[in-house]
Amino acid sequence: METSRLPLSSSIRGKLISAGYTSLSSISSVSSTDLARDVNITESEAFEILKMANQVTCSGSSSLINGAKNAWDMLNEEEALPHITTSCSDLDKILGGGISCSDVTEIGGVPGIGKTQIGIQLSVNVQIPREFGGLGGKAIYIDTEGSFMVERALQIAEACVEDMEEYTGYMHKHFKASQVQMKPKDILENIFYFRVCSYTEQIALVNHLDKFISENKDVKVVIVDSITFHFRQDFDDLAQRTRVLSEMALKFMKLAKKFSLAVVLLNQVTTKYTEGSFQLALALGDSWSHSCTNRVILYWNGDERYAYIDKSPSLPSASASYTVTSRGLRNSSSSSKRVKMM
Amino acid sequence: MANKLIGEMNLHKRISNIFAARNIITAKDALSMTEFELMELLDIGIKEIQSAVKLISEAASPPCLSAQSLLEQKVENEYLSGHLPTHLKGLDSALCGGIPFGVVTELVGPPGIGKSQFCMKLALSASFPKAYGGLDGRVIYIDVESKFSSRRVIEMGLKSFPEVFHLKGMAQEMAGRILVLRPTSLSDFTDSIQELKESILQNQVKLLVIDSMTALLSGENNPGAQRQQHQLGWHISFLKSLAEFARIPIVVTNQVRSQNRDETSQYSFQAKLKDGCQEHTRTYDSHLVAALGINWAHAVTIRLVLEAKSGERIIKVAKSPMSPPLAFPFHITSGGISLLSDEGTELKGPGINNIHARGHSDMINFNGDCL
Repeated sequence: METSRLPLSSSIRGKLISAGYTSLSSISSVSSTDLARDVNITESEAFEILKMANQVTCSGSSSLINGAKNAWDMLNEEEALPHITTSCSDLDKILGGGISCSDVTEIGGVPGIGKTQIGIQLSVNVQIPREFGGLGGKAIYIDTEGSFMVERALQIAEACVEDMEEYTGYMHKHFKASQVQMKPKDILENIFYFRVCSYTEQIALVNHLDKFISENKDVKVVIVDSITFHFRQDFDDLAQRTRVLSEMALKFMKLAKKFSLAVVLLNQVTTKYTEGSFQLALALGDSWSHSCTNRVILYWNGDERYAYIDKSPSLPSASASYTVTSRGLRNSSSSSKRVKMM
Repeated sequence: MANKLIGEMNLHKRISNIFAARNIITAKDALSMTEFELMELLDIGIKEIQSAVKLISEAASPPCLSAQSLLEQKVENEYLSGHLPTHLKGLDSALCGGIPFGVVTELVGPPGIGKSQFCMKLALSASFPKAYGGLDGRVIYIDVESKFSSRRVIEMGLKSFPEVFHLKGMAQEMAGRILVLRPTSLSDFTDSIQELKESILQNQVKLLVIDSMTALLSGENNPGAQRQQHQLGWHISFLKSLAEFARIPIVVTNQVRSQNRDETSQYSFQAKLKDGCQEHTRTYDSHLVAALGINWAHAVTIRLVLEAKSGERIIKVAKSPMSPPLAFPFHITSGGISLLSDEGTELKGPGINNIHARGHSDMINFNGDCL
């Protein structure tokens, strides 16, 4: 491997190469003092370079591949991962039990289809305690559009608590279940709300989330409503936009894996000219569509709202209907043709 | 917070000097680049860049609020818990009390349906004293289409709030609170909303109405549709932040245009799902759509559609984060818009966004204009 692959500043890299240290093996055999003298850098800098070079070379030798997991272990881990219910069982079914933790899921659709509703619903549902089959986690809601309505969150939270009470009432006949301790107020207390007013703030916040989540344990879902808005207005240089966006996507993915939490990115739609006609497509372009693990598109089918799994490495593409009621997201009432597998 | 200076962020002196030397002064400059680009440009190692970016991000990221404290703030600080009542009972209850503060609300509808009537009524109720359910503040009415009529406003006031308006000098005071601006071009408008920002805070302005957003664009001589979108992108972004910053409701109106036939509203996968047979019927159903495109529609928080269907005027809550899709029939009287029933019918499907103008021509007696 070549020296230029090491994450070094360009001046040090230049010095290394001009001194003849072009491959990693040439570096690994020298001592830090020699390296410092040859390349004309300080000893501590040389030490850092050696450490970095060692990391890169070592990863190839010890225990097959460092940091890799075998597929069997991954399967076990994945099965243990919880899902966040959407409160719509048809939708949960096609999603394999709900929005999966430690994945980045993108949800897009036309205005008024219910993206924000799903966002609010998830930020409430993630808090359903473990006794009720939930995660008992907390939610981060990043609002870039100003469309988060706290009144609506309260409505959904109240409905959620009522449902849990009903459930305990039912369970009571069989064995003594604990009373529902949760109040709608507590649910709202555990939604961390950030209002983002520019793309700079959005990037800054994503960078900062790592620290925030380490300080506030139990955050199990991060909702961004919407990922698109500021990036659609303020950028002139589209190539730059793509680079910044993909770095942000990587950071989301890192967060999702590190804290095993679900990241839900809501996206807007745009019209795209393909094969001689205009079609709807999710915004932010083609290279962005690679950056999410799962992609769900919400659309109108006749008079019903449908969700379609557009992209997922593990789920078959399928669609299911849902409705938005005053109590939140629910199954569609007409249950004739529920889940369509394709 | 995007314009916070890097020099004031407790970065290591040496690092912040390097940033300054490369003309990266604000958080925006730094965060618009990826870490690797910064590494190349500043010529320092990845570790230092990462820790610098971490510090910059921490300083520039917005503060955190819990939803509960958000609710408490709203109830405590804002009169009527942050809603401007429309005095249309059914609509008010659907919207949890009226047009909410801090967001942009849009009215869409065919010409003559009553958008401006609605706006004038809102302007009036915002200027009303608190004792009568108003906001007791000034109103800025940006009247692009020259449709604002003071006489009509006073007429509405006399009919719908006679007890207030018959007090001496009240009509003058109420009407005096409504400030009408008539910009002639988009750039004119851009200048005036930028100036507004300060005066809104200083002068107790409680409502901003823009009637209409579309007229501004059509007046402009723009070759590319792309450019249009881009320009309005800035405006909606600005209006949203203005609404939020000043905690006032902003109401804009939008015109309609007929839907082009080849303009499909489908995703590519939908075509595959169905065997085209049912689809063809839909494309020939001519209806109207909002004049500003999908980017705009995403950006408004609440969209109310006013339409005419088989001789009846209907107001629909087409997009709202807190209300189900409801439709209310209404008519326009001398007292302004009033609902025929406060019980809305819930609509299903995407039809809520369609705008019908059928039978509308009969109502307003257009001669020889068939739709």
